[in-house]
Amino acid sequence: MTDLAAQGADAAHTPATVGRRRSYGRYVLGKVLGSAGSLAFVLVLGFFLFRVLPGDPARTLGRGRFRTEAQLEEFRATYGLDQPLPQQFLTYLKNTFSGDLGVSLRYRVPVSDLILDRLWPTLLLVGIATLLATVIGVYLGVISAWNRGKATDKVTTGTTLTLYSMPEWWLGLLLIAAFAVGMGPLPGIFPTGGLHSVDAEPGTIGYVGDTALHLVLPVLTLVLVYLADFSLIMRSSLLDEIGEDYLTTARAKGLRDVVVRRRHAVRNALLPTTTLIALSIGFVVSGAITVETVFSIPGLGLLATEALTIPDYWVLQGTFLVTSAGVILANLLANLVYGLLDPRVRS
Amino acid sequence: MSAVPETALSERTEPLLDLRDVTVTYRTSEGPLPAVRGVNLTVAPGQVVGLAGESGCGKSTLVSTVLRLQPSGAKVEGEVLVLGQDVQTVGWGALRALRWAEASIVFQGALHSLNPVQRIGAQIAEPITVHEPDLGDAAVQRRVEELLEQVGLPGARKRAYPHQLSGGQRQRVMIAMALACRPQLIVADEPTTALDVMVQAQILDLLRDLVRDLGVGLLIISHDLSVLADVCDRVLVMYAGRVVESGTAAQAFTDPLHPYTAALSGAFPRIGDPAARYAPAGLAGDPPDPRELPPGCSFAPRCPRAVDRCTEAEPPLLEVAPGRPVACIRVGEP
Repeated sequence: MTDLAAQGADAAHTPATVGRRRSYGRYVLGKVLGSAGSLAFVLVLGFFLFRVLPGDPARTLGRGRFRTEAQLEEFRATYGLDQPLPQQFLTYLKNTFSGDLGVSLRYRVPVSDLILDRLWPTLLLVGIATLLATVIGVYLGVISAWNRGKATDKVTTGTTLTLYSMPEWWLGLLLIAAFAVGMGPLPGIFPTGGLHSVDAEPGTIGYVGDTALHLVLPVLTLVLVYLADFSLIMRSSLLDEIGEDYLTTARAKGLRDVVVRRRHAVRNALLPTTTLIALSIGFVVSGAITVETVFSIPGLGLLATEALTIPDYWVLQGTFLVTSAGVILANLLANLVYGLLDPRVRS
Repeated sequence: MSAVPETALSERTEPLLDLRDVTVTYRTSEGPLPAVRGVNLTVAPGQVVGLAGESGCGKSTLVSTVLRLQPSGAKVEGEVLVLGQDVQTVGWGALRALRWAEASIVFQGALHSLNPVQRIGAQIAEPITVHEPDLGDAAVQRRVEELLEQVGLPGARKRAYPHQLSGGQRQRVMIAMALACRPQLIVADEPTTALDVMVQAQILDLLRDLVRDLGVGLLIISHDLSVLADVCDRVLVMYAGRVVESGTAAQAFTDPLHPYTAALSGAFPRIGDPAARYAPAGLAGDPPDPRELPPGCSFAPRCPRAVDRCTEAEPPLLEVAPGRPVACIRVGEP
């Protein structure tokens, strides 16, 4: 017995703790390398993806201005579009690594300025929508998993899945028709689009309220559509835990059912959910592109959609790179946090 | 941790655990499934009772009824009295107050029965804070360390997570946890399964010491009759949901009266018995499907001593000698 005790005391300190730290370091390194790989892939894809788009920027932008072939050639030469594709790719790589995202063909300003200008509306929209969808979705997932097969579960899962199957633009238009334009007895409460009213004074409380009012419908659209993503992740994650023996132990200890659920089942089910939720942020971002177009919110999504018609290569590459990097970074952070939260990953 | 006072022991007339004609039936899509059929069992203070039988004979189902932990689809008939209270009919509040404080369970499979992402100290402390909410945090932590030391682990191990412990250490943690609220009755469901023989012996020693020092009542469930023979005062043998034989541990192991008990005790070779070592007596066939029990004695299809009469009626559990009930009509026959 004393031998055993001594062994136990040893294990509690020196070698185990060191090993634990080293293995978390390896875990972090693995995740960072994986993210770097994804980013490299996005970098390459971002270039070629948009080059296959139909359309010639010189002709689209020069419509009504360039009358001779020489003028078109001059425009192409200015932006390096006359170079062979591999040469353009190398220039793109070199510029991107030096922090230069190019100049917009349409606006004739650096893409980085454009993106910085348009970043906040998107961050606001995606951030609020993700936060709300996560909180409500996780709550609904817990409710339906704990009442598996009962009416609550069927109604919740059915409703969220129906909403999930709706295209964002369709639901967005429906909400605009119902709550912005007003339908039948419903008055139009919310603005139909944009992020601010023309007369709003920046920096005032009224400005903040005005922005919030403009965000209600777009955020609602995103939350309703992506709710199922989060609630189903949480539901299945919690269902995995519900059959576990440690919950029987918790119940046997004399804990109330709600405590067993909150302290043991939900807490453990939330661990794998953090990474899965981070993965879903990518979907919300893609949904935001559509929603920004429907609600004419001057964010990255609208910028990219407008650039598609030209096609404005540098704007497309830049927005693609920035949004992808954002999603990859969110995933990396979620993975690192998960590693800290779950002691089984840590050691 | 002090022992139960002598006077309390002698004044107590009722047993700690009293199962009266307990029957458990699962509702399944293919009809009712009788898992436990009319089991009677008592555990007195300071007594160690063993319950033996193959997998699927209803042992674990019976354990789950002691703290009313059976799945919601199970119907329990008969009385499950823990310190005189019928746990199957008391209110939820009374049931929660009774769980772990009066009777606790050392669950089968310590790896899965512990929360994988909570420190073991927190898990041991949890029932203490539930049942003794007035106890300060420092006192709870002191008790956790005492409990760990009582089961042979250093108190500092409370900061470990379950996966950082060996199988034997985890089982010790389960036992420490079962002792947390100083219950009078402990039920140990397969406490030594999946442990190697040396650790198995240590765990059994530990359980035996606890019963001696604390005067608790202990019900041990195992498929291994030799484990029970070592530590138990009395042993009950279950087959297909029924008790088929009971007696003192020595009687059941060395002088089995029911052919099933004989097969069970022969299944584990005894040290110093070369014959048993080279030809461990096995038992052909599988336990019957509880939904379609064979007519008469459930054991008859696998029984080496079965005759035609055995399939006529289920043999009653009759006392063939003082303290030796056996459910076999061929007891005493050549």
